[in-house]
Amino acid sequence: MSDARTVLSLRGVTKRFGGLVAVNELDFDVAEHEVLGLIGPNGSGKSTTLNLISGALSVSDGEILLNNHLISDLPAQKIARKGVARTFQLVRMLPSMTVLENVMAGAVFGHRRRWGREAERQAMRMLELVGLERRASARPSELTYIDTKRVELARVLVGDPKVLLLDEWLAGLNPTELEQGIALVKQLREEGRTIVLVEHVMDAIRSLCDRCVVMSSGQKIAQGPTAQVLADPEVIRAYLGEDDA
Amino acid sequence: MKSSDYKSLGIGALLLLVAVLLPWVVGDFTLTLAVNMAMFTVLATSWALFSGPTHYISLATAAFFGLGTYTMGLGLDHLPYWLLIPIAGLFGALIAAIIGLATLRLSGVYFVIFTLGLAEMTRQIITFVQNATGQKGILISIWFEEATFYWMLVALAGLIFLIGWLIGRSRLGFALRIIGDDEEVARHSGINTSLSKVLLFMIPGAVAAMTGAIMAPRYGYIEPLIAFTPMLSFQVVIMALLGGTGRLWGPLVGVIPFSILWELLSASFPNQTTLLLGLSFLAIVYLLPQGFVGLLLKLRSRFGDGRGH
Repeated sequence: MSDARTVLSLRGVTKRFGGLVAVNELDFDVAEHEVLGLIGPNGSGKSTTLNLISGALSVSDGEILLNNHLISDLPAQKIARKGVARTFQLVRMLPSMTVLENVMAGAVFGHRRRWGREAERQAMRMLELVGLERRASARPSELTYIDTKRVELARVLVGDPKVLLLDEWLAGLNPTELEQGIALVKQLREEGRTIVLVEHVMDAIRSLCDRCVVMSSGQKIAQGPTAQVLADPEVIRAYLGEDDA
Repeated sequence: MKSSDYKSLGIGALLLLVAVLLPWVVGDFTLTLAVNMAMFTVLATSWALFSGPTHYISLATAAFFGLGTYTMGLGLDHLPYWLLIPIAGLFGALIAAIIGLATLRLSGVYFVIFTLGLAEMTRQIITFVQNATGQKGILISIWFEEATFYWMLVALAGLIFLIGWLIGRSRLGFALRIIGDDEEVARHSGINTSLSKVLLFMIPGAVAAMTGAIMAPRYGYIEPLIAFTPMLSFQVVIMALLGGTGRLWGPLVGVIPFSILWELLSASFPNQTTLLLGLSFLAIVYLLPQGFVGLLLKLRSRFGDGRGH
């Protein structure tokens, strides 16, 4: 940790919905080239945290920094342009556009902005990366579920983001697809991408995450190297449901 | 530019040329009909530029149109006709920007109601002011041949098609398609969705105001009920939807048959026009949800002529 550069920092981040505190005084750092797992039981505030980082929700308190610059006061589109890209828990395609255009959306307006043929070339390269170059002119409705997830991944990768937020990207896949999905994220990890992974699939967490931050009822209850965190009695208790109302 | 771009530009220029030559070959009745068609082509095409990709149904056309006619009516004492048309356009764009900033953050339904209310409110305010000052309407003292109105509108239509064509090839056009599909994805892809929508909403605002300004002398005498008639807003929506908003030329395909039909219906059933307008609106939404364009593309893909791009 100490030798790697911190890309993303959360400092005392709190989100209140009326009386409900969904995220409470959350602190953690994400280092460059690191895959950080943000895990915890349902309703523990993981997705809310991701929504706070990406600007879909605004923080009630605390701050979020990207490369030491405050981003938590910016609207979602500016955060995206600064290099934070995200996928959605329920995959979101642009139904009237082709697969290639879906990916171009990220190329044209994302962190690295390109236009015309250059955007098309980059989008095509990303489709090759996720193995969908043959489906470039298909419509999203013609794709299988995992392929729509691949398109979404290509769309966020094409802008060359500084931090990639994957919100349960592996959820809902069948065992074969899951294997392919994990392999794909592994490939991103080997490329040195910085990723924050909200995930439930334990196999994926074990094989993909360098470190984990565990949340329960909106609070951080543990953090550290994945194997160590998953063996923590408090984490096990939270997952078994005793602490998580 | 691709070769298909040159082709569509070429076809557009050819159609424009045919349209320009029309007054020399048709009679008075047809020319009057052609003026209406040209006016609705201008209004419906610019309406669809915004409402097509964003799916926001604007019923503000009458408000902007009325703004334009009143700009002309009140301004003619001080400024020449030709100068007042772009001034009306600037007013329209400015008001559209203000309305857009206030309402385009809201969801579609609120926007529809707001735009309808806006036209009515403006009409009521002007009526109120006129009643208070004892003035009933504004007499417009200049007059043009029917063909002159027609040519001005055709020129404006040409300009709108060019703007629409350029937007379709621009980042802004691409951004609007993404916004229309999924605004959340658009925002998280880095698109300033509010700004994009406001910018685009300024186009139909400016165009409707310019059209109102151009048409003002044709009415001779303008009063709120003529300038801000809500019927205009609905006609524009119906024609654009009938043609289909998925393509730039879509509304034009709706304007031509609808204008002819409208002329026949309003001549035969002068007291039932609003009823017929409502019925035709229901029929279009029910039978042709994607308009003629959608029907055409469906037929094309069914009969194996590619994917209908």
